Amino acid sequence: MHAASRPLVHLTDVGRDFDVSKPWLNRLVEGAPRQLLRAVDGVSFDVKRGETLALVGESGCGKSTVARLIVGLYALSRGRIEFDGIDLAAPGTDAPALRRRMQMIFQDPYASLNPRWRVRDIVAEPIRVLGLAASPQAERDRVAELLRQVGLAPEDGEKYPHEFSGGQRQRISIARALSGNPEFLVCDEPTSALDVSVQAQILNLMTELQERLGLTYLFISHNLAVVSHIADRVGVMYLGRVVELAGAAELFAAPRHPYTRMLMDAIPDLQMTGKARTPVAGEVPNPLAPPAGCAFHPRCPHANARCRSERPLLTGSGAAAVACHAVEERRL
Amino acid sequence: MSPAPLLEVRGLRVEFPTRRGTLVAVDDLSFAIAPGEVLGVVGESGAGKSLTGMAIIGLLEPPGRIAAGEIRLEGERIDQLPPERMRRIRGRRIGAIFQDPLTSLNPLYTVGDQLVETILTHLEVDRDEARDRALKLLAEVGITAPAARIDHYPHQFSGGMRQRVVIALALCAEPSLIVADEPTTALDVSIQAQVIALLKRLAREHGTAVMLITHDMGVIAETADRVAVMYAGRLAELGPVREVIHQPRHPYTAGLMGSIPKIGALKRHDRLVQIDGAMPRLNAIPAGCAFNPRCPKRFERCFAERPEPLQVGNALASCWLYADARR
Repeated sequence: MHAASRPLVHLTDVGRDFDVSKPWLNRLVEGAPRQLLRAVDGVSFDVKRGETLALVGESGCGKSTVARLIVGLYALSRGRIEFDGIDLAAPGTDAPALRRRMQMIFQDPYASLNPRWRVRDIVAEPIRVLGLAASPQAERDRVAELLRQVGLAPEDGEKYPHEFSGGQRQRISIARALSGNPEFLVCDEPTSALDVSVQAQILNLMTELQERLGLTYLFISHNLAVVSHIADRVGVMYLGRVVELAGAAELFAAPRHPYTRMLMDAIPDLQMTGKARTPVAGEVPNPLAPPAGCAFHPRCPHANARCRSERPLLTGSGAAAVACHAVEERRL
Repeated sequence: MSPAPLLEVRGLRVEFPTRRGTLVAVDDLSFAIAPGEVLGVVGESGAGKSLTGMAIIGLLEPPGRIAAGEIRLEGERIDQLPPERMRRIRGRRIGAIFQDPLTSLNPLYTVGDQLVETILTHLEVDRDEARDRALKLLAEVGITAPAARIDHYPHQFSGGMRQRVVIALALCAEPSLIVADEPTTALDVSIQAQVIALLKRLAREHGTAVMLITHDMGVIAETADRVAVMYAGRLAELGPVREVIHQPRHPYTAGLMGSIPKIGALKRHDRLVQIDGAMPRLNAIPAGCAFNPRCPKRFERCFAERPEPLQVGNALASCWLYADARR
């Protein structure tokens, strides 16, 4: 395939289990079995160059685990992740070299910056690790440029993280992520810890940087309104699986999966059109014992016998895909 | 004329004496809540909204203290009561709901024990009656099969269910006022809608006044009758929720509303309205209007004089832009 049309990141049937068994001695005494939690199960999608793909879902749906699998903070249990056409786990792949081209921004700007380091050292760390600066002067210039790029002053480099507000700290995180010249940024709830007015600043900054530097984003969020603003395409996750994947405009105009519809109905109505929010019955089931068939069937108003026994696959034509028997059978 | 207020706060000032001087966290705040009314209090972190709630329920952490103003509940002044009398009012006449349901519940007691103990503390009933009442409360807040769940421990409940238990606890003695501090923030959206519907129903059916403290304008839009917008410990705007949302008067409220992403409102790559800068720290609140460094409409008077809440339409806005409109 031609390099430019090839997706930058390609996930095939990716899965990750966590062992949540009791300690060995307890298992021995109580006769308890091993317990595996399938945090991510059979997830496949592409991220195209220059686009923003968002993953949304409620807590525990596995969206952050997918982010961490891609950047290599967790090892894969199943499946394949390709970056720029190269399988990251294949023998002989120089995975660290590929992973240099991706960086991550975390949710909590209070926990993700070392409080004992000056900001200039925090931002310069990737430059030093990757050996990107020829001289100390070049490094200083680059740090100053990065700080300016994210809307801070070069003099701010002399300060420590505690001297900054939450929004400014997230700017520092972004400067650090950019310092390694990445092509791909994985952003795990980058604005969830911020106040709305600061969130707007950070979202605007991320949009600007994407246009200026040609970045590709994977944007993880639970906030559909934020996602509708920043994403080109959206994947909706439920209990470790992608249930719907579509262009942002199509998804928000006409959600197809019953879970996506439920999420949309549950968004507070700020326009005050008088539309009552439909409170959805039930909660996300225990991921240790996910329901058979479609994981959403206990909460789904359209579930039938097939939904309770057979797991729906993500099917659909190019732009929009959905994993739902009801949609496939045109019952919905 | 509106009914006599259930809660009246007048000129409230909350201070924190520190070694480097006194920090004023809530400054000259006045509002009232009528029976059965839901008043939303919004603001960003550090705006003083939670401290206002804490001052009302008498749980300010020392060295924080009420330095001026008064708080009246059903006409009775409650801000200067001795701790023991305030403790009787808390739970009996004011119920509190906090953000994190796990920290509001004792993990070592069953949910039923906690409810029964609270009921016995505040109402003159025997243990069996208290247990019956606890079962009714659990059913009322939407816990299915309360008879089976009442003897469970908090960790056996999910987040949304725990928050329902906390609401049941707050309702034990049928308080006339509920102070709910970010009751839905720790919950997923689908659960959030359920809890909000519950709070609304309680206010309507029991005539309970609710002070709903949150940073989430969406929650306010759905739940509140009126909304108070706080900025740097001061009241920026107070009015009917429809007016404040559709026709914000204070430039801060306008910026806040514009900065909230809305589905379908903007095209991809459009920029959100952005208020530059951040809320001032408590030790560096500028003279005049606290919002003046970030305000797009500021003029000389904003730097010199602190604006009083001025009547604009049905709302109050603390902004000099409306000084002429009053006359």
